[in-house]
Amino acid sequence: MSVKLSTRQVGDVSVVDVAGRITLGEGSSALRDTLRDMVSKGQKKILLNLGDVSYIDSSGIGELVSGFTTVANSNGQLKLLNLTKRVKDLLQITKLYTVFDVHEDEATAVRSFA
Amino acid sequence: MPDRAAHESEAVERLFESTLASVERVEEIVGGLAERAGFDEDDLMKIGIAVREAMVNAVVHGNRYSANKKVRVSVVKNSERLTVRVADEGEGFDFEGLPDPLAPENLLKSSGRGIFLIRSFMDEFEMRRLEPGGTELVLIKYKSK
Repeated sequence: MSVKLSTRQVGDVSVVDVAGRITLGEGSSALRDTLRDMVSKGQKKILLNLGDVSYIDSSGIGELVSGFTTVANSNGQLKLLNLTKRVKDLLQITKLYTVFDVHEDEATAVRSFA
Repeated sequence: MPDRAAHESEAVERLFESTLASVERVEEIVGGLAERAGFDEDDLMKIGIAVREAMVNAVVHGNRYSANKKVRVSVVKNSERLTVRVADEGEGFDFEGLPDPLAPENLLKSSGRGIFLIRSFMDEFEMRRLEPGGTELVLIKYKSK
């Protein structure tokens, strides 16, 4: 299984539920396409739910960073929800954990958007 | 008997096409050997990511997906360690000039973390230039460390 992305709306926040592997190839390009599509539609409050992400490589980390800057450059916010231990460890090792606004509870995360 | 399997030496050496399918295949093969060697789940994840990054480096940056270039992979496990060698046939790169992905100016770059992750997750890591061309990455993980 590569990656499965599904989008839902909670108030004015777009939640993207991501499941599977975000790795070089299909996984990272699917995430990139989804985020670019959302930004092009003017969505500025995006919450990535990574609770079911089993695996992420450097390419996947790169897509998270790239998505973060793409959304920020269009005056939006991209936040992360439900990191697994593996993803959290990777973001800590790469010093990106503090770059992202990370949440463990969806309701709190949704409320945190300005 | 898991204990016996963990202490038995095992070796695999194969040539792979420069494709993303090879990246997945090598990750599976090395993961299988590492599991039989008795590494715990945390180490298996680290080995898996490091090997994946080494293969991506060879396929994408070294051989640039060329159908004419192969990736040679050798994996050896024994009672004390797992050694993985990944060699490409590319033009090589400047080992010394690799940017530090933790530097503030590089933190938000979308690439440049592969070699850093290998260094972070393995106990020993070496890059060497091959003659007449290519780069070999050597990754070692000790069972007791």
